[in-house]
Amino acid sequence: MRVLVTGASGMLGRETARALLARGDEVTVLQRRPGGIGCPEVLGDVADAAVVGRAVVGQDAVVHLAAKVDVVGRWPEFLRANVIGTRTVATACRSAGVQRLVHVSSPAVAHDGQPLVGVGAEPADPAAARGHYARSKALAEQQALGADSPDLAVVAIRPHLVWGPGDTQLVEPIVARARAGRLPVIGSGAALIDTTYIDNAVAALVAAIDAEPAVHGEALVVSNGEPRPVREVLDRLCRAAGVRGPRVRVPVPVARAAAVAIERAWTLLDRRDTPPLTPFLVEQLSTAHWFDQRHTRQVLAWAPHVSLDEGFDRLARWFATTVTTPCSRSAGQRTRGSRTAALPAVPGENLHSANATSHDTLDSC
Amino acid sequence: MRDVTSAKLLRNHSQTSARLPPRGLPGLDPAWSRLVRVPDADGVDRAWHLLDNGAPADHGTVLCVHGNPTWSYLWRRLLADAPPGWRVVAPDQLGMGWSERTAPRTLAQRVTDLGRLTDALGITGPVVTLGHDWGGAISLGWAATHQALLRGVVLTNTAVHQPEGTYGPVLIRLTRVPGLRDLVCVRTPAFVWAASGLSRPRLNAEVRAGFAAPYATAASRAAVGDFVADIPFDADHPSREPLEEIAQATGQLHVPVLLLWGPRDPVFGEAHLDDLRRRLPQALLHRYERAAHLVTEDAPEYAEAIAGWLADLDTLPSAGPTARADVRPSLLHARLAARAEDHAPAIVEVGRPPVSWDLFDRRVREIAAGLAAVGVGPGRRVALLVPPSLELTVAVHAVWRAGAVVVLADRGLGLGGMGRALRGASIHHVIATGPGLAAARAMRLPGSRIVAGTLVGSLRRVLGAQHTLADLARLGRDGPAPCGPVVDDECAVVFTSGATGPAKGVVYRHRQVEAQLALIRATYELRDDDRIVAAFAPFSLLGPALGVGSAVPDMDVTSPGTLTAGALADAVAAIEASVVFASPASLRSVLATEPALSPTQRSALSRVRLLMSAGAPVSAELLRSVRAVLPAAEAHTPYGMTEVLPVTDISLPQIEAAGAGDGVCVGNPLPGVQVRVSPLSVSGAADQPLTAAPGTAGEVCVRAAHVKQTYDALWATQRASARDLGWHRTGDVGHLDRQGRLWIEGRLQHVLTTPAGVVTPVGVEQRVEALAEVGSAAVVGIGPAGTQQPVVVVVPVAPAPRTAPRVAATPLADRVRAAAQVPLAAVLVARELPVDIRHASKVDRTVVAAWAERTLAGSR
Repeated sequence: MRVLVTGASGMLGRETARALLARGDEVTVLQRRPGGIGCPEVLGDVADAAVVGRAVVGQDAVVHLAAKVDVVGRWPEFLRANVIGTRTVATACRSAGVQRLVHVSSPAVAHDGQPLVGVGAEPADPAAARGHYARSKALAEQQALGADSPDLAVVAIRPHLVWGPGDTQLVEPIVARARAGRLPVIGSGAALIDTTYIDNAVAALVAAIDAEPAVHGEALVVSNGEPRPVREVLDRLCRAAGVRGPRVRVPVPVARAAAVAIERAWTLLDRRDTPPLTPFLVEQLSTAHWFDQRHTRQVLAWAPHVSLDEGFDRLARWFATTVTTPCSRSAGQRTRGSRTAALPAVPGENLHSANATSHDTLDSC
Repeated sequence: MRDVTSAKLLRNHSQTSARLPPRGLPGLDPAWSRLVRVPDADGVDRAWHLLDNGAPADHGTVLCVHGNPTWSYLWRRLLADAPPGWRVVAPDQLGMGWSERTAPRTLAQRVTDLGRLTDALGITGPVVTLGHDWGGAISLGWAATHQALLRGVVLTNTAVHQPEGTYGPVLIRLTRVPGLRDLVCVRTPAFVWAASGLSRPRLNAEVRAGFAAPYATAASRAAVGDFVADIPFDADHPSREPLEEIAQATGQLHVPVLLLWGPRDPVFGEAHLDDLRRRLPQALLHRYERAAHLVTEDAPEYAEAIAGWLADLDTLPSAGPTARADVRPSLLHARLAARAEDHAPAIVEVGRPPVSWDLFDRRVREIAAGLAAVGVGPGRRVALLVPPSLELTVAVHAVWRAGAVVVLADRGLGLGGMGRALRGASIHHVIATGPGLAAARAMRLPGSRIVAGTLVGSLRRVLGAQHTLADLARLGRDGPAPCGPVVDDECAVVFTSGATGPAKGVVYRHRQVEAQLALIRATYELRDDDRIVAAFAPFSLLGPALGVGSAVPDMDVTSPGTLTAGALADAVAAIEASVVFASPASLRSVLATEPALSPTQRSALSRVRLLMSAGAPVSAELLRSVRAVLPAAEAHTPYGMTEVLPVTDISLPQIEAAGAGDGVCVGNPLPGVQVRVSPLSVSGAADQPLTAAPGTAGEVCVRAAHVKQTYDALWATQRASARDLGWHRTGDVGHLDRQGRLWIEGRLQHVLTTPAGVVTPVGVEQRVEALAEVGSAAVVGIGPAGTQQPVVVVVPVAPAPRTAPRVAATPLADRVRAAAQVPLAAVLVARELPVDIRHASKVDRTVVAAWAERTLAGSR
């Protein structure tokens, strides 16, 4: 099978491309910078119809991960990278006769701030989505599913909080903050959240490529199906890295007030780096979001094969065998060093990025 | 006397035609709505709006008639969940809902209107009528004039007669004042909104707006006022005679009848329900204890009840009274009568002179004869508001001997819960002490009053007591003995704890209590020379019926924690008891006071051969510790419930032999008792065929001679509990093992439905509680059914600093997860777990689940 993976520079894109290669697929990747995966690469912007058109020719399936993932930034940037980019990819797929488009979305597209308790994949709702990122991803998912047709089977996969060895978006900033003694628990830390171990997320995307033709035109949330209190998730990630877990507790109203102040300051100063806290992040870390996985597992004929406990063990082994401090690793592996300072930048998001926006400053290491 | 204002208004809108309801009303499918033109009672063409599910009437048609000021919207749930083969037709009455506005219509006209409509719709039967409020009278009018088509009658909060002494509630009475009625019903929507405001729990705003939608203007409300004006309170009212005719005809209906009742209705009360039951003795009744006037809103499950009843119409040979009653005399008094010459003590209350068998028997016979003389006999229900005591025991046995029915509700229900229970039990008499009589008045109980004990004359008059038991004993001394009950007579109505919703009345016949007593005697090998100490309320009543002498220790029997080791020893010594019945809570307080025992007391206790502890789960550890107090007693604990007790029994050595397992081992079913389980499907419903296959978990079902006769006034509950013919569904979940022993795994409603399948709580809790650092644990599921996540709330041995649950530290969570053997989403720590009021030992998992759900939703 010939598969194009967009946004293969993030962890999920990279690992998906590798998994497809390993099983013998002919893989092409599309991103802005060389990824060094060892397969044909098309370099460029997903919003560029010419580039995308060239990349999709002859492909059987496309996995579209490229996106701008950030908590700050201007709307036109999100619009271009996420909405126009997705429309460009979907349009190209239809013209080129691609049979299957797997659009990687986010549970944030259907989250209006209320706790999500055992829900399925509600329709994307750009009007209610919180912040530029979620809104642009909601519009993007609508673009992708809107392209679903008898010739092109589209499915949107929403992996929830993907993490694993080598993860620079969730694990690395949490561990860095904990190491610095600056990782707080917001509120009770009891909010139950779903997460997804990287190998399971990769397997779900592969399953989506292979899904029966009858599976199309719908969005599916993917997670490990093992929700945990947020405090326990943070603590176990830290333990895996050999760092003490969060010790400071910040009440929600305090965190919210701080986040609002920080957001105002960032806006006022027109700062482009990632702020340490945003209202969206406070909300995400203090409200439950976990999902009903029955439908997803049934239609994808997929189930997580790495349990959370096994995932934490693998992460611990990886930390034990990897020379780490975060800063000692090559900055080239990371698209944005500023992530180091942030808590999980956008919980609910996978770790893909092809647009590599300009702020490559390394601040906090 | 007709009020002209609304008639004047009517002239301005008499042409107002029928319309379809607006779209988007919650629960209303626009496809059900249509308009039809039919001549009315006077031959004038009228446009009706009606709801019709359009189903082929293979079995028949349900004709639904709403009252005032509602419309067919009332029946939307029945249309949505109509049973297969039943067409459901629900018109809006003329002038009401979305039907055409007309001049005022009388009851007689409305009945004829409805007949013309059913003719035009080609409804040929069989028909089941369904009526609410004044629609009930109209539906019965239709039924009386269409008997050839009639298959059954369903009524909900309605009346065909104003019983003596009821004039309707204040609101309705006020609306008889001309001008005021117009103001309340027509010129303002006060009455329209008040009607939907009666709903409990409160209706949501959209549904209330739906009920008010056709009555937005004064013109559209004319018929609301007309309807009230047509209620024939006065003898010369033109609708008086038609209503009386309908009331007469109702008594001649010999079709199956189902009454669905909301007792919190200020309009139609207990007197109206009693009147309907007298006219329709074949009626099956279900009281939705929390529902008010709008039963269809307050108890949405009414639709399911009607569907079940309709299904029974076609499968059961007859819904009427069943086979001939068994008229063998009850043997409930045989053991007491057999000792009528015995001077040995029958009942000892420590500190009072013993009561011998002959004295007890004579007293019971005298009072029974006195009760019979004042009309307390077979079929009459007697509420007993007497604390557990000799007086209560005498009164209960006297009521039984008189052939009447005792009604017992636990004080633990509180005055409100007890009042609801007793008012719902249709009691005819109240036997009470002074405080009991005051409580009876506060609870607005019906029935004549009889004083137990003494009460000064003035207080007696104030509390309305006609007799005292002492008077009745004198009265009965020379009177003939009552002829005595037969085995199929009702014997008792006993209320459940109400831990899971309103308390349920459980009806026993004499045959069932006889069987229960025989089983208890056999199980604990009680012989006539045994004597028991009953430190546990129900058993303090049963000594005489068991044929063994009994003593009640110096304690508050309703408060088990008040029993001391010394008081127990004194009671044992007073009657030279060989057997002790005590609840686990009282055993714990006995253990706590054990050091204070004197050598004499210890010696008395050392002669007890058997200890039976019931009322709540009893741990092996507790039974082992009790050896310090009762060294020679074999410790037993039965399993059972208000509806059937005992089901199984297990002794301490048997508990130890059973060891650990998935749940609590309660032993083998007793002789004559059969136990099966109804396995659980993935949804957590116990809907699989009954099985005795070892290791299969399901709802525990019991068949035995002493299973309750029925639930009282809870037809739908009874139908569900007895849906496997001959079996009682207990609501407990468990399994049988290879040795035939029953293991209880929790309550059916506490079963977790996870994506991986169902999980029962007790086994997991036991494994977690086995950790040294854990005092107690509760397992609950959070999230939507089918995709629930298991959560454990633990109470550590070391006191937790806060009551509110919080996330356990990771090392504790790890140990709990390893012990639990099921995947847990979270481990929470709390200082204590909420327990039920009655036994203070059953963890209220419903409350725990709400805690966990709230905590794990995050902090806002």
